Amino acid sequence: MAKYIVKRVLLAIVTVLIVCAITFFSMNAIPGGPFEGEKALSPDVKATLMERYNLDKPVGEQFVLYIGNLLHGDFGVSLKTGRDIGTTIFESFKISAKLGGMAALVALIAGLILGSTAALMRNKWPDRVIVFFSTLAAAVPSFVLASLLLLVFCIQLQWIPVWSTQNQNYILPIIALSFYPMAYITRLTKTSMLDALGQDYVRTARAKGVPQIFVIFKHALRNALIPVITYVGPMLASILTGSLVVENIFTIGGLGAKFITGITTRDYPMIMGTTIFLATLMVIMNLLSDIVYKLVDPRITFE
Amino acid sequence: MSTNTSEYLLEVKDLHTSFFTDSGEVKAVNGVSFTLKPGEIMGIVGESGSGKSVTAYSIMRILADTGRITGGQVLYRGEDLATYDNKKMAGFRGKCCSIIFQDPMTSLNPVFTVGSQIMEAIRLHTNKSKAEVKARAIEMLELVGVNEPAKRINQYPHELSGGMRQRVMIAMALACEPDILIADEPTTALDVTIQAQILELMQDLQKRLGMAIIMVTHDLGVIADMCDKIVVMYGGSICERGTADDIFYDARHEYTKGLLRSIPNVNNSKERLIPISGTPINLLNMPKGCAFCSRCDKAMKICLEQKPQEVSISETHQAACWMNIKKMMEEQAGGANA
Amino acid sequence: MANTENANKTEFPKKNPLSMQIDLAKFAPATDEEKAQQEVMSESTTFFKDGMRKLLKNPLAVGSIIVLILVIAAAVAGPMIVPYGYEEMISVNGRRDKTAKNLGPFEWSKNEQRAIDSGEKLFPHILGTDEQCRDYFVRILYGTRVSLFIGFFAAILVLVIGLIYGSISGYAGGKVDMVMMRIVDVIYSLPDMLMVILLSVVLKEVLTPVIEGTFLARLGSNMISLFIVFGLLYWVGMARLVRGQILSIKENEYILAARSIGAKPGRIIKKHILPNCLSVIIISTALQVPSAIFTESFLSFAGLGVQAPMPSLGSLANAARGGMMSYPHKLVFPAIVICLIVLAFNLLGDGLRDAFDPKLRR
Repeated sequence: MAKYIVKRVLLAIVTVLIVCAITFFSMNAIPGGPFEGEKALSPDVKATLMERYNLDKPVGEQFVLYIGNLLHGDFGVSLKTGRDIGTTIFESFKISAKLGGMAALVALIAGLILGSTAALMRNKWPDRVIVFFSTLAAAVPSFVLASLLLLVFCIQLQWIPVWSTQNQNYILPIIALSFYPMAYITRLTKTSMLDALGQDYVRTARAKGVPQIFVIFKHALRNALIPVITYVGPMLASILTGSLVVENIFTIGGLGAKFITGITTRDYPMIMGTTIFLATLMVIMNLLSDIVYKLVDPRITFE
Repeated sequence: MSTNTSEYLLEVKDLHTSFFTDSGEVKAVNGVSFTLKPGEIMGIVGESGSGKSVTAYSIMRILADTGRITGGQVLYRGEDLATYDNKKMAGFRGKCCSIIFQDPMTSLNPVFTVGSQIMEAIRLHTNKSKAEVKARAIEMLELVGVNEPAKRINQYPHELSGGMRQRVMIAMALACEPDILIADEPTTALDVTIQAQILELMQDLQKRLGMAIIMVTHDLGVIADMCDKIVVMYGGSICERGTADDIFYDARHEYTKGLLRSIPNVNNSKERLIPISGTPINLLNMPKGCAFCSRCDKAMKICLEQKPQEVSISETHQAACWMNIKKMMEEQAGGANA
Repeated sequence: MANTENANKTEFPKKNPLSMQIDLAKFAPATDEEKAQQEVMSESTTFFKDGMRKLLKNPLAVGSIIVLILVIAAAVAGPMIVPYGYEEMISVNGRRDKTAKNLGPFEWSKNEQRAIDSGEKLFPHILGTDEQCRDYFVRILYGTRVSLFIGFFAAILVLVIGLIYGSISGYAGGKVDMVMMRIVDVIYSLPDMLMVILLSVVLKEVLTPVIEGTFLARLGSNMISLFIVFGLLYWVGMARLVRGQILSIKENEYILAARSIGAKPGRIIKKHILPNCLSVIIISTALQVPSAIFTESFLSFAGLGVQAPMPSLGSLANAARGGMMSYPHKLVFPAIVICLIVLAFNLLGDGLRDAFDPKLRR
C-alpha cells in the first residue's frame, strides 16, 4: 500500500515538473519575447526590464530560477497589470473553488440519487426518463449550455441578474458546470448498481433473510459506490476545465477567466503561473482519487 | 393412500418454474415433486441446465427477476410457502432453510468482513446481544473447522483460501440452526482434496445438528456416500429416484445409465469413455414427449409423443421411462398368457 | 404394493394393460429422423451478423445513424445547393451589399429587395447573415463540415497511433513494454485541456510564419496545432486498450493451441479473438469522434480553434456571443448542431457497445 502511494506521488511530481517545463519552454519558444509588439521601448528600458525579469540569462538557467521561485510561492509579476501573480491566483481561486465545489456537490448528490432510482426502477418510466435526460445532458458541452442559459435566463427572461462581485448569483454557472458530470454520474451509478445487484453476494444476502431494502442499500450500494468515488477526481478536473470558459461567459472573475485573459493578452508570466497552478491542482486531484480508490476497495488495499 | 403431510419437513408438489426472457419462456423446472423428512439427506443429480439449482432457488424463492414459479406448491411443515408475505419469507430464509452456493468467492460480499456477514445472519433471526452474537459467530467458525476464529472474524473474504471461504458460508448458513440446508454444488469450485474435507464436514455437522440436507450436484461420486435418497433430473423433470444402491446398481432410466457409463473408472484404464450422444436440451423449445428422447439409444415412437409417468420398480425406486412401462406390459402379457 | 412416498406416481394397473390405450406399435424404436425433429437448434450466425442485427433493432442507434447521415448529407450537399460561399460577402449585381448586414432568417437586404422587385430570383438566406454580410446558413453548413472533418480525422489519427504503439508494446512485452507503458502513464496524467490550450497558443505563434504560402495556411495554424496536439496526447487511451487486447490474445493463444489438437491456432484467433478485439476498438473509435468534436468546439469557442474566415461550429457560437441579445438565433443554431452531432455519436457508440461488446452478452 505504501509502495503504491509512493509510486503515485513520484509520478505526480514528475508530471508537474513536465508541465512546468513544457509551459516554460513553449512560452519562451514564442518568437518575439514579451516586450515586442508593445509600444516601442528604448534599448535601455528594455535592458532593464530584461534584467529585472531574468530574461537576459540562458533559458535553462531561467527555468531553474523559475522553479526555485515557484517553490517559494513566487509566481512572478503580471506583465500587464504589474500585480503579483501569486496573489491574483489565490484570490481568484477562492471564487473558482467555491463555484467548482458547489457544482461538484450538486453533480455528485443528484447523480447518485438519479442513478440509483434508475437502477431500482429499471425499465419503468422513471428509468426511461432519467436515461433520456442524462443522455441528452451528456451531449451538451458546458460552454454551450452556459451560453444558452445566459441567453434565456439573464437576457431574454431577465429572471436572474448578471454576475457581479456584489451580486454573486451562482445558480446558472453551477447548472452549466454540473450538468455533464451529473449526467455521467447518473449513468455510472445506474450501471454499477445494476452490476452489483446482479452479483452472487446479493443472492446470498437474500438467501440469508436480509430484507430487500437492506439488500439494496447495504449490500449492493456499498459496492456500487466504488466506481463513483473514483470518478470524483476526474470529475473535479473536468469541472475545472469547464470553468475556464464558463467563468468567461458569465463574466465571473475566477481563476479560469484569468487564465483565458492571460492567453488573449499574451501575458506570459500570467499564463505560466495559472497553467502550472491549475495543472498541479489537477494532478493532485487525480492522485487523491487514485489513493481513495485503493482505500475504499478492501480487495486491493491488502495486496 | 393418503399421506400424513405434516410428517414431512418439505413437500414439493408438481413444481413448475420458468424464466421469461427476451428470447422467450425458458421452462427450467417441469413438474418436479419430492418430499423431505427431518434429518434426511437427499441428493439431486443432473447436468447443467437440468433444473436442479432452479428447483432449490424456487424453494427458497430467490429466483432472478425474470424467474417465476408457474405451477405447483412448496409446503414447509404443511404450510404453503406461496402464502408467505415478504416479511415471513425473509424470516423463513436463513432460519428455517438455508442455502450455500457454489462459488464462495463471489457469494460473499467483498467489502464486508466474514465475521460481520455471519453476525448479520445471526442478528436477523435472533434477539441476542452484540456480545452474544459475536460469540456465536466465533463458535460457528470453530464448529466448521476454521482455525483462529477470533482472528478470522475480522478478515475479508479475499484473504481466505477457497476451502475456508466455503466453511465460512457453511457457518453462516447454519448459524441459526435451520431445519433444512440446501447445498448447491458446494464443492465444484474447490480442489479435490478440499472437496473431500468439505463433504466430511457436512456429514459431521449433519450428525451433530440433525438438519435435513438437499445436496444439488452434477457429481455422482459426491452423492454416493452421503445421500439417503437420490433424485436424477434432466430437462427440468425427474427421470429416476431411489436409494444409492437403486441408482448405482439398478439404474432404470437411460439417462441415469448414460451418466453412470460416462464416469471414468480409475481401475480400468482400457475401458473407453462412453459419453451421452447429442447436446443438452433447449429449454426454450421443449418437446412434448420425454425430454431425453432425442439423445436416447432406446427411444421409441411413443417417447416422442408422450411424457412417461413415473413407475415404481420397488418401494424406494421409481423411474419415468417408457422402457419400464413396456417391460411391465410385456411381463403382464407374458403372465396373462402363462 | 402401496406407495408410501409420493402420491403422484402411478402404480401400473395390473389388471388392464390396455386400459391406458397405448398403441403397442408405438413401442417400436424411433428412427433417427424422428429424433432429429425433436432437436430445434437456434440458427447459428457469425459474430458480426449477430451484432449488426442487434444494433439495427435498437431504435436509438438506428435513429442516430439516420441523423448522422442527414447531417453529413447536408454538410456535403448543402453548400452545393446554396449559391453563397462561406466567406463570400453578399453582393447584388456584382457590387458588395453593405446593407446585407445581420439580416434575420429569410430576410432580404434593401438592395436585394430592390433586385427581387425588379424580377431577379435570389436564393433565400435561411438563417440570415452575419455582421460581415455572409450567408449564415452556408457558414453553419461549412462549420459542420469542418467539425465533422476534424472529428473523424482526429479519431483516425488517435486510432492509428494508439494501434501501432499499443501493438508494439503488447507484442514486445518485457522491458520494452514496461518503458512504453511508463511513458503512457506520464502522458495520461497530464491535464489534457490545459496542455491543449497551451500548445495551441504556442504552436499558433510558431507555425504561422512556417506554413505561410503553403496550402496548410488555408487550414490555419490552429487546426494544424489541434491535430498535432491530438497526435501527441490523445492516443494513450487507445494504446492501452490495444495493448490489453494483444496481451489477452497472447494468453489465449497458447492455451488454445494446446487444447485444439489439430485445429490451427491462427484460425481460432481469426474466428474468435479478432472479433472481440475489433469490436472494442471500433466502439472506442466511434466514441472518440464526439470527444474530438467537443474538444475542437471548446477550443474554437475559446478563440483557439480554426482560423477565420473558415467557420467551425464552435467559433460561430463564440462569435455569436457578442450579438446574443439582438440575434439569439446565431448562437442557438450552431449550438444545437454541436449537441446533435455529439448526441448522435454517443448514442451510436452506446448502441455499438450494447450490440458488439462481448462482455455484455448474456
